[in-house]
Amino acid sequence: MADAKNMVYLALQNNEDARPIIEAIEEDNPHAEINHFPAMVKIDAVGKLIVRRKTVEEKIGREWDPQEIHISLVSLSGNVIEDDDEFGVERDN
Amino acid sequence: MSRKLNLRERYQRMTRDLAWEPSYQSKSDIYPQMEFEGIKIEDWDKWEDPFRLTMDSYWKYQAEKERKLYSIIDAFAQNNGHMNVTDARYVNALKLFLTGVSPLEYAAHRGFAMVGRQFPGAGAQVACQMQSIDELRHVQTQIHTISHYNKYFNGFHDFRHMHDRVWYLSVPKSFFDDAMSAGPFEFITAISFSFEYVLTNLLFMPFMSGAAFNGDMATVTFGFSAQSDESRHMTLGLEVIKFMAEQHPDNIPIIQKWIDKWFWRGYRLLTLVGMMMDYMLPKKVMSWREAWEIYFEQNGGALFEDMARYGLRMPKYWEQTIEGKDHITHQAWGIFYNYTHAAAFHTWMPDNEEMDWLSAKYPDSFDQYYRPRFEHWREQAEAGNRFYNPTLPMLCQTCQIPMGFTEPGDPTTIGFRASDFEGNRYHFCSDGCKDIFDNEPQKFCQAWMPVHQIYQGNCGGATVPDVLDWYHLNFGVDNFDYAQSPDRQHWQQWKGEAAEESDAPDEAA
Ligand SMILES: [Fe+2]
Ligand SMILES: [Fe+2]
Repeated sequence: MADAKNMVYLALQNNEDARPIIEAIEEDNPHAEINHFPAMVKIDAVGKLIVRRKTVEEKIGREWDPQEIHISLVSLSGNVIEDDDEFGVERDN
Repeated sequence: MSRKLNLRERYQRMTRDLAWEPSYQSKSDIYPQMEFEGIKIEDWDKWEDPFRLTMDSYWKYQAEKERKLYSIIDAFAQNNGHMNVTDARYVNALKLFLTGVSPLEYAAHRGFAMVGRQFPGAGAQVACQMQSIDELRHVQTQIHTISHYNKYFNGFHDFRHMHDRVWYLSVPKSFFDDAMSAGPFEFITAISFSFEYVLTNLLFMPFMSGAAFNGDMATVTFGFSAQSDESRHMTLGLEVIKFMAEQHPDNIPIIQKWIDKWFWRGYRLLTLVGMMMDYMLPKKVMSWREAWEIYFEQNGGALFEDMARYGLRMPKYWEQTIEGKDHITHQAWGIFYNYTHAAAFHTWMPDNEEMDWLSAKYPDSFDQYYRPRFEHWREQAEAGNRFYNPTLPMLCQTCQIPMGFTEPGDPTTIGFRASDFEGNRYHFCSDGCKDIFDNEPQKFCQAWMPVHQIYQGNCGGATVPDVLDWYHLNFGVDNFDYAQSPDRQHWQQWKGEAAEESDAPDEAA
């Protein structure tokens, strides 16, 4: 089996709605690796990936509800963390 | 003074608080399917809702997704988007999708409505209800999107009728029928966990990236629109497993058996997708082998490390899939090449450039085992002897795929297993499929096997044209090699490409 210890990912569409979210993830998760596929961006990390409401709001200049991520999310792997201020996935073994 | 509720409170009010304790009917009468599978649930309130999405937000976000999707579908139709695909061969992947996958979306819609009704917990009920509505949206948007192709290409005209009859479509159909005729806990383990959580990325991610790469914006859009619901579905699958595992230790062996069964069934089903990736996309995104490494080996590996805390292990025979990733798609394409005279889509042999791509992506198998065979078939076709196999294949009683997969450790010998049950002998492609039968022989001995049905005279007659007529397939139009197809002729006319000498349509077998 490939070395898969605690790998998590978020995959988002590659479009105008998702771009600021992807940028926010990049900023708040320096350990993440961004992989581009046709029409889709897959963000891989070990342990945890977080999307912060504040960071996205700064980028788009309006209020943003983390549940809006549902519109652009393509897939994920990991245990979901969700509250009013952030959305994310994590694994801790 | 009222204060804005936070996410957790909002969810509590809008979901759990809408449920009630029954007072004049017993729970076992209201939820009669809760016991027979042996799963023990002590406290439904321990259900941890994976996404705290309330119905009002659900409608808001789904409406937004639909708006986006339909504006693209409109633009696609107005601009003759079908003319922008890389090559008309690509459209055959869509034919397989519409006839094989879209009806499963409808089956999922029904299945989640059924199990949502059976679960006593409000959290589980709401999650299943949303998924049921999602799945109805998926089938509808797929039909709408692909209907555009139906105006210009053959083979799309009666997908629902075909799904219930055509031999290879019994592979996806029987997969879902198996799940829907199981109990609610097995259904949700099969579909939400084994299929959606562990394997669905292998269906949608490569398919949609492939569509994007091949100029099919409409399909990309319905695909990603459906897939945006998928994160919720996958997370439901994970929660179901955790919940059952935490409720009672007696549940573990039952869950493990279901994971073993449904992983193998899903793996066999996805062979069709792998074949599409490696052979049907004129511009290729990634090989089946690469997709399996990313989405199963890496992602599945991390997942089952997570599951170890409950005493759950990797699905049985996963090692065979690691070896199989070098072989199954080539073997499956070989089967369809043999039987394309009885299929609702066209097949062809890869051109030189595609052969080289396959050699590069499959350095340990393609040149050694498959390239010589394919080059021989191609030479024969060019000499006017395109081979169509006149004998109906033996099918695996479990996965219903023709018995063409090879033995683990020996890619030159066809795998073959058998079991006797109540005086009859049943045949299987693999250990995985045999185990599934042996665990539930009473169920699987009743499978509707297309080849048996043809030989028993239940499929319209004794000749291929009779059977195709019964399938509602147009003989000489929907079937046979791409080289001879009206689809190809039309495409060349539209594109102003001259037909090459050697490709002139010859008499079909
Ligand atoms: Fe779906
Ligand atoms: Fe099988």
